[in-house]
Amino acid sequence: MAGSKDFVNRRIHSLLGVIPIGLFVVQHLVVNHFATKGAESFNAAAHFMESLPFRILLETFVIYLPILFHAVYGLYITFQANNNVSRYGYFRNTMFLVQRVTGVITLIFIAWHVWETRVQAALGAEVNFSMMADIFSSPFMIAFYLIGVLSAVFHFANGLWSFFVSWGLTVSPRSQKVSTYVTMGVFVALAIVSVRTIFAFI
Amino acid sequence: MSTKMVKFIITRQDNPETAPYLEEFEIPHRPNMNVISALMEIRRNPVNAKGEATTPVTWEMGCLEEVCGACSMVINGKPRQSCTALVDQLEQPIRLEPMKTFPVVRDLAIDRSRMFDALKRVKAWIPIDGTYDLGPGPRMPETKRQWAYELSKCMTCGVCLEACPNVNSKSDFIGPAPLSQVRLFNAHPTGAMNKEERLNAIMDDGGLAECGNSQNCVQSCPKGIPLTTSIAALNRDTTFQAFKNFFGSDR
Ligand code: HEM
Ligand code: SF4
Ligand code: FES
Repeated sequence: MAGSKDFVNRRIHSLLGVIPIGLFVVQHLVVNHFATKGAESFNAAAHFMESLPFRILLETFVIYLPILFHAVYGLYITFQANNNVSRYGYFRNTMFLVQRVTGVITLIFIAWHVWETRVQAALGAEVNFSMMADIFSSPFMIAFYLIGVLSAVFHFANGLWSFFVSWGLTVSPRSQKVSTYVTMGVFVALAIVSVRTIFAFI
Repeated sequence: MSTKMVKFIITRQDNPETAPYLEEFEIPHRPNMNVISALMEIRRNPVNAKGEATTPVTWEMGCLEEVCGACSMVINGKPRQSCTALVDQLEQPIRLEPMKTFPVVRDLAIDRSRMFDALKRVKAWIPIDGTYDLGPGPRMPETKRQWAYELSKCMTCGVCLEACPNVNSKSDFIGPAPLSQVRLFNAHPTGAMNKEERLNAIMDDGGLAECGNSQNCVQSCPKGIPLTTSIAALNRDTTFQAFKNFFGSDR
Protein backbone atom coordinates (compact mmCIF):
# COMPACT_ATOMS: atom_id res chain seq x y z
CA MET A 1 0.00 0.00 0.00
CA ALA A 2 1.01 3.62 -0.51
CA GLY A 3 0.42 4.32 3.18
CA SER A 4 -1.98 3.37 5.96
CA LYS A 5 -5.77 3.47 5.66
CA ASP A 6 -6.01 6.91 7.33
CA PHE A 7 -3.27 8.37 5.16
CA VAL A 8 -4.79 7.15 1.91
CA ASN A 9 -8.33 8.16 2.91
CA ARG A 10 -7.20 11.65 3.92
CA ARG A 11 -5.31 12.14 0.67
CA ILE A 12 -8.26 10.87 -1.39
CA HIS A 13 -10.58 13.18 0.56
CA SER A 14 -8.28 16.11 -0.15
CA LEU A 15 -7.86 15.31 -3.83
CA LEU A 16 -11.59 14.76 -4.45
CA GLY A 17 -12.36 18.16 -2.87
CA VAL A 18 -10.53 19.82 -5.78
CA ILE A 19 -10.64 17.19 -8.52
CA PRO A 20 -13.38 16.62 -9.48
CA ILE A 21 -15.75 18.26 -6.96
CA GLY A 22 -14.13 21.70 -6.95
CA LEU A 23 -13.83 21.79 -10.72
CA PHE A 24 -17.45 20.69 -11.07
CA VAL A 25 -18.63 23.44 -8.70
CA VAL A 26 -16.76 26.11 -10.67
CA GLN A 27 -18.16 24.78 -13.93
CA HIS A 28 -21.69 24.61 -12.47
CA LEU A 29 -21.57 28.20 -11.22
CA VAL A 30 -20.15 29.51 -14.48
CA VAL A 31 -22.76 27.76 -16.63
CA ASN A 32 -25.56 28.99 -14.36
CA HIS A 33 -24.25 32.51 -14.78
CA PHE A 34 -25.96 32.42 -18.21
CA ALA A 35 -29.08 33.31 -16.21
CA THR A 36 -27.83 36.89 -16.13
CA LYS A 37 -28.21 36.90 -19.95
CA GLY A 38 -31.89 35.98 -19.71
CA ALA A 39 -34.10 32.92 -19.59
CA GLU A 40 -33.29 31.76 -23.11
CA SER A 41 -29.53 31.76 -22.63
CA PHE A 42 -29.88 29.89 -19.35
CA ASN A 43 -32.23 27.30 -20.80
CA ALA A 44 -29.93 26.73 -23.78
CA ALA A 45 -26.90 26.26 -21.50
CA ALA A 46 -28.82 23.95 -19.14
CA HIS A 47 -30.11 21.97 -22.09
CA PHE A 48 -26.59 21.58 -23.46
CA MET A 49 -25.32 20.22 -20.10
CA GLU A 50 -28.35 17.88 -19.87
CA SER A 51 -27.72 16.44 -23.29
CA LEU A 52 -24.03 15.64 -22.78
CA PRO A 53 -23.37 12.05 -23.84
CA PHE A 54 -22.92 9.44 -21.08
CA ARG A 55 -24.69 11.86 -18.75
CA ILE A 56 -25.44 9.35 -16.00
CA LEU A 57 -21.86 8.03 -16.01
CA LEU A 58 -20.43 11.54 -15.90
CA GLU A 59 -22.73 12.47 -13.05
CA THR A 60 -21.94 9.32 -11.09
CA PHE A 61 -18.16 9.43 -11.35
CA VAL A 62 -17.57 13.19 -11.48
CA ILE A 63 -20.23 14.26 -9.00
CA TYR A 64 -22.17 11.72 -6.91
CA LEU A 65 -19.50 9.27 -5.77
CA PRO A 66 -16.78 11.86 -5.10
CA ILE A 67 -19.17 14.09 -3.12
CA LEU A 68 -20.51 11.10 -1.21
CA PHE A 69 -17.02 10.03 -0.15
CA HIS A 70 -15.86 13.58 0.61
CA ALA A 71 -19.00 14.37 2.60
CA VAL A 72 -19.05 11.17 4.68
CA TYR A 73 -15.34 11.32 5.45
CA GLY A 74 -15.60 15.09 5.94
CA LEU A 75 -18.27 14.59 8.61
CA TYR A 76 -16.04 12.03 10.31
CA ILE A 77 -13.14 14.52 10.31
CA THR A 78 -15.43 17.33 11.50
CA PHE A 79 -16.65 15.45 14.53
CA GLN A 80 -13.17 14.29 15.45
CA ALA A 81 -12.04 17.85 16.20
CA ASN A 82 -12.46 19.61 19.55
CA ASN A 83 -12.73 23.15 18.29
CA ASN A 84 -11.06 25.69 20.56
CA VAL A 85 -11.36 29.06 18.81
CA SER A 86 -12.55 30.71 22.03
CA ARG A 87 -9.20 29.90 23.64
CA TYR A 88 -6.99 30.18 20.54
CA GLY A 89 -8.56 32.88 18.40
CA TYR A 90 -5.86 32.82 15.72
CA PHE A 91 -6.77 33.40 12.08
CA ARG A 92 -5.96 29.87 10.86
CA ASN A 93 -7.74 28.24 13.79
CA THR A 94 -10.82 30.30 12.96
CA MET A 95 -10.58 29.18 9.32
CA PHE A 96 -10.24 25.58 10.56
CA LEU A 97 -13.59 25.95 12.35
CA VAL A 98 -15.26 27.80 9.46
CA GLN A 99 -14.07 25.05 7.06
CA ARG A 100 -15.97 22.51 9.17
CA VAL A 101 -19.08 24.65 9.68
CA THR A 102 -19.35 25.50 5.97
CA GLY A 103 -18.81 21.80 5.14
CA VAL A 104 -21.87 20.82 7.20
CA ILE A 105 -23.99 23.71 5.80
CA THR A 106 -22.90 22.74 2.29
CA LEU A 107 -23.96 19.15 2.89
CA ILE A 108 -27.45 20.21 4.01
CA PHE A 109 -27.71 22.61 1.08
CA ILE A 110 -26.53 20.08 -1.52
CA ALA A 111 -28.96 17.43 -0.25
CA TRP A 112 -31.89 19.86 -0.59
CA HIS A 113 -30.70 21.29 -3.90
CA VAL A 114 -30.26 17.84 -5.49
CA TRP A 115 -33.70 16.81 -4.25
CA GLU A 116 -35.31 19.94 -5.60
CA THR A 117 -33.68 19.83 -9.03
CA ARG A 118 -32.00 16.59 -10.12
CA VAL A 119 -34.37 14.19 -8.35
CA GLN A 120 -37.39 16.16 -9.60
CA ALA A 121 -35.93 16.02 -13.11
CA ALA A 122 -35.65 12.24 -12.81
CA LEU A 123 -39.31 12.22 -11.73
CA GLY A 124 -40.25 14.07 -14.90
CA ALA A 125 -40.07 17.75 -13.99
CA GLU A 126 -38.30 20.13 -16.31
CA VAL A 127 -35.32 21.96 -14.81
CA ASN A 128 -35.24 25.38 -16.41
CA PHE A 129 -35.26 29.12 -15.73
CA SER A 130 -38.90 29.20 -14.65
CA MET A 131 -38.36 26.36 -12.16
CA MET A 132 -35.57 28.35 -10.49
CA ALA A 133 -37.55 31.60 -10.68
CA ASP A 134 -40.38 29.72 -8.99
CA ILE A 135 -38.12 28.52 -6.18
CA PHE A 136 -36.83 32.06 -5.68
CA SER A 137 -40.33 33.49 -5.35
CA SER A 138 -39.95 32.64 -1.67
CA PRO A 139 -37.70 35.00 0.34
CA PHE A 140 -36.80 32.06 2.59
CA MET A 141 -35.42 30.12 -0.36
CA ILE A 142 -33.41 33.14 -1.50
CA ALA A 143 -31.78 33.29 1.93
CA PHE A 144 -31.29 29.52 1.99
CA TYR A 145 -29.60 29.52 -1.41
CA LEU A 146 -27.42 32.54 -0.57
CA ILE A 147 -26.17 30.89 2.63
CA GLY A 148 -25.78 27.49 0.99
CA VAL A 149 -23.95 28.67 -2.11
CA LEU A 150 -21.69 31.10 -0.25
CA SER A 151 -20.80 28.33 2.23
CA ALA A 152 -19.95 25.95 -0.59
CA VAL A 153 -17.85 28.56 -2.36
CA PHE A 154 -16.01 29.52 0.81
CA HIS A 155 -15.44 25.87 1.68
CA PHE A 156 -13.97 25.27 -1.75
CA ALA A 157 -11.71 28.35 -1.70
CA ASN A 158 -10.37 27.77 1.81
CA GLY A 159 -10.17 24.06 1.03
CA LEU A 160 -7.93 24.93 -1.90
CA TRP A 161 -5.60 26.61 0.59
CA SER A 162 -5.39 23.51 2.75
CA PHE A 163 -5.15 21.26 -0.31
CA PHE A 164 -1.94 23.10 -1.25
CA VAL A 165 -0.58 22.40 2.25
CA SER A 166 -1.82 18.79 2.38
CA TRP A 167 0.13 17.86 -0.73
CA GLY A 168 3.19 19.88 0.19
CA LEU A 169 2.85 22.52 -2.54
CA THR A 170 2.95 25.47 -0.14
CA VAL A 171 5.57 24.82 2.55
CA SER A 172 7.07 28.10 3.73
CA PRO A 173 5.05 30.57 5.84
CA ARG A 174 5.35 33.14 3.04
CA SER A 175 3.98 30.79 0.39
CA GLN A 176 1.09 29.94 2.70
CA LYS A 177 0.37 33.62 3.21
CA VAL A 178 0.37 34.34 -0.53
CA SER A 179 -1.87 31.30 -0.94
CA THR A 180 -4.31 32.78 1.62
CA TYR A 181 -4.65 35.92 -0.51
CA VAL A 182 -5.01 33.98 -3.76
CA THR A 183 -7.63 31.56 -2.40
CA MET A 184 -9.60 34.37 -0.77
CA GLY A 185 -9.53 36.02 -4.20
CA VAL A 186 -11.04 32.81 -5.57
CA PHE A 187 -13.74 33.05 -2.90
CA VAL A 188 -14.62 36.65 -3.77
CA ALA A 189 -14.68 35.91 -7.51
CA LEU A 190 -16.92 32.85 -7.16
CA ALA A 191 -19.12 34.66 -4.64
CA ILE A 192 -19.74 37.45 -7.16
CA VAL A 193 -20.55 34.93 -9.91
CA SER A 194 -23.01 32.99 -7.73
CA VAL A 195 -24.77 35.96 -6.13
CA ARG A 196 -25.26 37.59 -9.55
CA THR A 197 -26.78 34.33 -10.77
CA ILE A 198 -29.19 34.03 -7.87
CA PHE A 199 -30.41 37.60 -8.33
CA ALA A 200 -30.87 37.02 -12.06
CA PHE A 201 -33.80 34.71 -11.22
CA ILE A 202 -35.55 37.22 -8.98
CA MET B 1 1.46 47.90 56.31
CA SER B 2 -0.47 44.90 55.06
CA THR B 3 1.39 42.61 52.63
CA LYS B 4 0.20 42.41 49.05
CA MET B 5 -1.43 39.05 48.36
CA VAL B 6 -1.55 37.01 45.15
CA LYS B 7 -4.70 35.03 44.43
CA PHE B 8 -4.66 31.64 42.72
CA ILE B 9 -7.52 29.43 41.55
CA ILE B 10 -6.14 25.94 41.05
CA THR B 11 -7.86 22.97 39.40
CA ARG B 12 -7.05 20.04 41.62
CA GLN B 13 -7.58 16.32 41.28
CA ASP B 14 -6.67 13.75 43.92
CA ASN B 15 -5.93 10.87 41.58
CA PRO B 16 -6.47 9.87 37.95
CA GLU B 17 -9.96 8.48 38.67
CA THR B 18 -11.52 11.17 40.86
CA ALA B 19 -13.34 14.30 39.68
CA PRO B 20 -11.44 17.60 39.50
CA TYR B 21 -12.37 20.49 41.84
CA LEU B 22 -11.28 24.10 42.31
CA GLU B 23 -9.38 25.40 45.29
CA GLU B 24 -8.39 29.02 45.93
CA PHE B 25 -5.21 30.19 47.55
CA GLU B 26 -3.90 33.57 48.65
CA ILE B 27 -0.21 33.87 49.21
CA PRO B 28 2.03 36.81 50.10
CA HIS B 29 3.56 38.59 47.12
CA ARG B 30 7.32 38.60 46.72
CA PRO B 31 9.20 40.54 44.03
CA ASN B 32 9.97 38.57 40.84
CA MET B 33 8.07 35.48 41.94
CA ASN B 34 7.00 32.97 39.31
CA VAL B 35 4.21 30.40 39.35
CA ILE B 36 6.58 27.71 40.65
CA SER B 37 7.80 29.78 43.58
CA ALA B 38 4.14 30.45 44.39
CA LEU B 39 3.40 26.71 44.29
CA MET B 40 6.43 26.16 46.57
CA GLU B 41 4.94 28.66 49.00
CA ILE B 42 1.66 26.69 48.99
CA ARG B 43 3.65 23.51 49.61
CA ARG B 44 5.43 25.17 52.58
CA ASN B 45 2.14 26.29 54.08
CA PRO B 46 -0.78 24.33 52.59
CA VAL B 47 -3.68 26.50 53.71
CA ASN B 48 -6.37 27.57 51.24
CA ALA B 49 -7.98 31.02 50.90
CA LYS B 50 -10.70 30.10 53.40
CA GLY B 51 -7.98 29.45 55.97
CA GLU B 52 -8.51 25.66 55.96
CA ALA B 53 -5.59 23.27 56.06
CA THR B 54 -5.35 21.29 52.80
CA THR B 55 -2.96 19.00 50.94
CA PRO B 56 -0.08 20.64 49.10
CA VAL B 57 -0.62 21.09 45.35
CA THR B 58 1.32 18.61 43.20
CA TRP B 59 3.20 19.72 40.08
CA GLU B 60 6.25 18.68 38.11
CA MET B 61 9.45 20.57 37.39
CA GLY B 62 13.03 19.99 36.39
CA CYS B 63 15.31 22.58 34.87
CA LEU B 64 13.54 25.76 36.04
CA GLU B 65 14.80 27.50 32.89
CA GLU B 66 12.35 26.42 30.17
CA VAL B 67 14.41 23.65 28.61
CA CYS B 68 12.95 20.43 30.09
CA GLY B 69 9.23 20.99 29.50
CA ALA B 70 8.17 19.15 32.65
CA CYS B 71 6.44 22.08 34.35
CA SER B 72 3.90 22.78 31.57
CA MET B 73 0.36 23.63 32.67
CA VAL B 74 -2.54 25.81 31.57
CA ILE B 75 -2.04 29.27 33.08
CA ASN B 76 -4.92 31.72 32.63
CA GLY B 77 -6.20 29.62 29.74
CA LYS B 78 -2.88 29.27 27.87
CA PRO B 79 -0.65 26.20 28.05
CA ARG B 80 2.92 27.25 28.94
CA GLN B 81 5.81 26.58 31.28
CA SER B 82 5.15 27.57 34.88
CA CYS B 83 8.86 28.19 35.58
CA THR B 84 8.93 31.15 33.20
CA ALA B 85 5.46 32.45 34.07
CA LEU B 86 6.17 35.57 36.14
CA VAL B 87 3.38 36.39 38.56
CA ASP B 88 3.70 40.16 38.00
CA GLN B 89 2.96 39.66 34.31
CA LEU B 90 -0.21 37.63 34.90
CA GLU B 91 -3.73 38.85 35.40
CA GLN B 92 -5.17 37.96 38.81
CA PRO B 93 -6.68 35.73 40.03
CA ILE B 94 -4.18 33.39 38.39
CA ARG B 95 -5.89 30.24 37.17
CA LEU B 96 -3.82 27.06 37.04
CA GLU B 97 -5.12 23.92 35.34
CA PRO B 98 -3.45 20.70 34.21
CA MET B 99 -3.06 20.12 30.43
CA LYS B 100 -6.08 17.84 30.10
CA THR B 101 -5.02 16.48 26.73
CA PHE B 102 -2.82 14.20 28.84
CA PRO B 103 -3.90 11.88 31.67
CA VAL B 104 -3.84 13.78 34.97
CA VAL B 105 -1.72 12.04 37.60
CA ARG B 106 -2.57 14.42 40.44
CA ASP B 107 -3.41 18.14 40.54
CA LEU B 108 -1.19 19.81 37.93
CA ALA B 109 1.01 16.78 37.25
CA ILE B 110 0.27 15.03 33.98
CA ASP B 111 1.59 11.95 32.22
CA ARG B 112 3.31 12.79 28.92
CA SER B 113 4.18 9.15 28.07
CA ARG B 114 2.25 9.31 24.80
CA MET B 115 4.76 11.83 23.47
CA PHE B 116 7.73 9.59 24.27
CA ASP B 117 5.90 6.62 22.77
CA ALA B 118 5.32 8.68 19.62
CA LEU B 119 9.03 9.58 19.40
CA LYS B 120 9.82 5.87 19.55
CA ARG B 121 7.19 5.12 16.94
CA VAL B 122 8.60 7.59 14.43
CA LYS B 123 12.19 6.48 15.18
CA ALA B 124 13.33 9.91 16.31
CA TRP B 125 16.99 8.97 16.61
CA ILE B 126 19.97 8.23 14.37
CA PRO B 127 21.12 4.61 14.38
CA ILE B 128 24.93 4.58 14.49
CA ASP B 129 25.66 1.43 16.47
CA GLY B 130 27.59 -1.30 14.66
CA THR B 131 29.93 -4.16 15.46
CA TYR B 132 32.90 -2.04 14.40
CA ASP B 133 33.78 1.64 14.21
CA LEU B 134 31.96 3.03 11.19
CA GLY B 135 34.10 6.16 11.11
CA PRO B 136 32.83 9.73 10.83
CA GLY B 137 29.57 10.37 9.00
CA PRO B 138 29.06 12.91 6.19
CA ARG B 139 29.52 16.55 7.19
CA MET B 140 26.59 18.88 7.67
CA PRO B 141 26.81 22.37 6.16
CA GLU B 142 26.98 25.03 8.88
CA THR B 143 23.91 26.93 7.64
CA LYS B 144 21.89 23.73 7.75
CA ARG B 145 23.20 22.94 11.23
CA GLN B 146 22.00 26.30 12.45
CA TRP B 147 18.59 25.69 10.92
CA ALA B 148 18.39 22.17 12.39
CA TYR B 149 19.36 23.51 15.81
CA GLU B 150 16.05 25.37 15.95
CA LEU B 151 14.12 22.13 15.39
CA SER B 152 16.26 20.36 17.99
CA LYS B 153 15.08 22.76 20.71
CA CYS B 154 11.87 20.77 21.22
CA MET B 155 11.57 19.80 24.90
CA THR B 156 8.56 17.48 24.51
CA CYS B 157 6.59 19.86 26.72
CA GLY B 158 3.22 19.00 25.16
CA VAL B 159 1.99 22.57 24.68
CA CYS B 160 1.48 22.02 20.94
CA LEU B 161 -0.60 18.90 21.60
CA GLU B 162 -2.70 20.77 24.16
CA ALA B 163 -3.33 23.58 21.63
CA CYS B 164 -4.24 21.27 18.71
CA PRO B 165 -7.99 20.72 18.08
CA ASN B 166 -7.22 17.36 16.44
CA VAL B 167 -5.32 15.89 19.41
CA ASN B 168 -8.03 14.52 21.69
CA SER B 169 -9.65 11.35 22.97
CA LYS B 170 -11.62 10.92 19.72
CA SER B 171 -8.49 10.75 17.58
CA ASP B 172 -5.17 8.90 17.71
CA PHE B 173 -3.18 11.83 16.24
CA ILE B 174 0.35 11.85 17.66
CA GLY B 175 0.51 15.66 17.39
CA PRO B 176 2.92 18.18 15.88
CA ALA B 177 6.05 17.69 18.05
CA PRO B 178 7.05 14.16 16.95
CA LEU B 179 6.34 15.06 13.32
CA SER B 180 8.77 17.94 13.44
CA GLN B 181 11.36 15.60 14.97
CA VAL B 182 11.05 13.39 11.90
CA ARG B 183 12.00 16.39 9.80
CA LEU B 184 14.96 17.08 12.09
CA PHE B 185 16.35 13.54 11.90
CA ASN B 186 15.65 13.22 8.18
CA ALA B 187 17.63 16.42 7.60
CA HIS B 188 20.71 15.05 9.36
CA PRO B 189 23.22 13.64 6.84
CA THR B 190 23.51 10.34 8.72
CA GLY B 191 19.88 10.33 9.82
CA ALA B 192 18.82 10.71 6.18
CA MET B 193 19.94 7.10 5.64
CA ASN B 194 16.77 6.02 7.47
CA LYS B 195 14.50 8.67 5.99
CA GLU B 196 12.05 6.22 4.38
CA GLU B 197 11.50 4.31 7.62
CA ARG B 198 10.53 7.50 9.42
CA LEU B 199 8.29 8.71 6.58
CA ASN B 200 6.51 5.37 6.53
CA ALA B 201 6.07 5.57 10.30
CA ILE B 202 4.27 8.92 10.05
CA MET B 203 2.15 7.65 7.15
CA ASP B 204 0.65 5.15 9.56
CA ASP B 205 -2.69 5.68 11.36
CA GLY B 206 -2.65 8.62 13.76
CA GLY B 207 0.24 10.17 11.88
CA LEU B 208 0.81 13.14 9.60
CA ALA B 209 -2.48 12.93 7.70
CA GLU B 210 -4.42 13.67 10.89
CA CYS B 211 -3.29 17.32 10.77
CA GLY B 212 -6.10 19.72 9.81
CA ASN B 213 -3.98 22.91 9.58
CA SER B 214 -5.42 24.85 12.50
CA GLN B 215 -1.82 26.01 13.01
CA ASN B 216 -2.35 26.60 16.73
CA CYS B 217 0.84 24.63 17.39
CA VAL B 218 3.19 27.07 15.71
CA GLN B 219 1.50 29.97 17.53
CA SER B 220 1.84 28.24 20.89
CA CYS B 221 5.28 26.57 20.85
CA PRO B 222 7.43 28.26 23.52
CA LYS B 223 10.57 27.41 21.53
CA GLY B 224 9.30 29.04 18.33
CA ILE B 225 9.70 25.79 16.38
CA PRO B 226 8.33 26.14 12.82
CA LEU B 227 5.95 23.21 13.30
CA THR B 228 3.62 23.98 10.42
CA THR B 229 6.53 24.41 8.02
CA SER B 230 7.80 21.00 9.13
CA ILE B 231 4.34 19.49 8.63
CA ALA B 232 3.96 20.96 5.13
CA ALA B 233 7.49 19.82 4.20
CA LEU B 234 6.64 16.32 5.42
CA ASN B 235 3.41 16.44 3.43
CA ARG B 236 5.58 17.00 0.37
CA ASP B 237 8.02 14.20 1.32
CA THR B 238 5.20 11.72 1.98
CA THR B 239 3.54 12.62 -1.33
CA PHE B 240 6.67 11.34 -3.09
CA GLN B 241 7.05 8.44 -0.65
CA ALA B 242 3.46 7.31 -1.29
CA PHE B 243 4.08 7.17 -5.05
CA LYS B 244 7.35 5.30 -4.50
CA ASN B 245 5.62 2.82 -2.20
CA PHE B 246 2.79 2.24 -4.63
CA PHE B 247 4.55 2.18 -7.99
CA GLY B 248 8.01 1.11 -6.86
CA SER B 249 11.19 3.02 -7.47
CA ASP B 250 14.66 2.38 -8.88
CA ARG B 251 16.05 4.79 -6.21
C1 HEM C 1 -19.33 21.65 -2.69
C2 HEM C 1 -18.79 20.54 -2.32
C3 HEM C 1 -17.43 20.50 -1.64
C4 HEM C 1 -16.23 20.93 -2.14
C5 HEM C 1 -15.94 21.56 -3.48
C6 HEM C 1 -15.24 20.63 -1.13
C7 HEM C 1 -13.89 20.93 -1.23
C8 HEM C 1 -12.96 20.71 -0.26
C9 HEM C 1 -11.55 20.92 -0.41
C10 HEM C 1 -10.83 21.39 -1.65
C11 HEM C 1 -10.96 20.62 0.79
C12 HEM C 1 -9.49 20.71 1.14
C13 HEM C 1 -8.84 19.36 1.25
C14 HEM C 1 -7.60 19.38 2.07
O1 HEM C 1 -7.61 19.80 3.23
O2 HEM C 1 -6.55 18.99 1.56
C15 HEM C 1 -12.00 20.26 1.69
C16 HEM C 1 -11.80 19.93 2.99
C17 HEM C 1 -12.79 19.53 3.84
N1 HEM C 1 -14.10 19.26 3.52
FE1 HEM C 1 -14.96 19.65 1.74
N2 HEM C 1 -15.86 20.08 -0.04
C18 HEM C 1 -17.20 19.97 -0.32
C19 HEM C 1 -18.16 19.44 0.49
C20 HEM C 1 -17.96 19.03 1.79
C21 HEM C 1 -18.98 18.46 2.61
C22 HEM C 1 -20.42 18.21 2.20
C23 HEM C 1 -18.37 18.17 3.82
C24 HEM C 1 -18.99 17.51 5.02
C25 HEM C 1 -19.57 18.07 5.95
C26 HEM C 1 -16.99 18.59 3.74
C27 HEM C 1 -16.05 18.51 4.77
C28 HEM C 1 -14.74 18.87 4.67
C29 HEM C 1 -13.80 18.91 5.77
C30 HEM C 1 -14.07 18.56 7.21
C31 HEM C 1 -12.58 19.33 5.25
C32 HEM C 1 -11.30 19.58 6.03
C33 HEM C 1 -10.32 18.48 5.93
C34 HEM C 1 -9.06 18.84 6.69
O3 HEM C 1 -8.60 19.97 6.56
O4 HEM C 1 -8.58 18.01 7.44
N3 HEM C 1 -16.78 19.08 2.48
N4 HEM C 1 -13.22 20.28 1.03
S1 SF4 D 1 7.25 21.49 19.49
FE1 SF4 D 1 7.29 23.21 20.94
S2 SF4 D 1 5.26 23.10 21.95
FE2 SF4 D 1 5.57 21.13 20.95
S3 SF4 D 1 6.46 19.81 22.51
FE3 SF4 D 1 8.20 20.71 21.38
S4 SF4 D 1 8.74 22.57 22.52
FE4 SF4 D 1 6.72 21.94 23.25
S1 FES E 1 11.00 23.31 34.89
FE1 FES E 1 11.93 22.75 32.98
S2 FES E 1 10.72 23.90 31.60
FE2 FES E 1 9.99 24.61 33.48
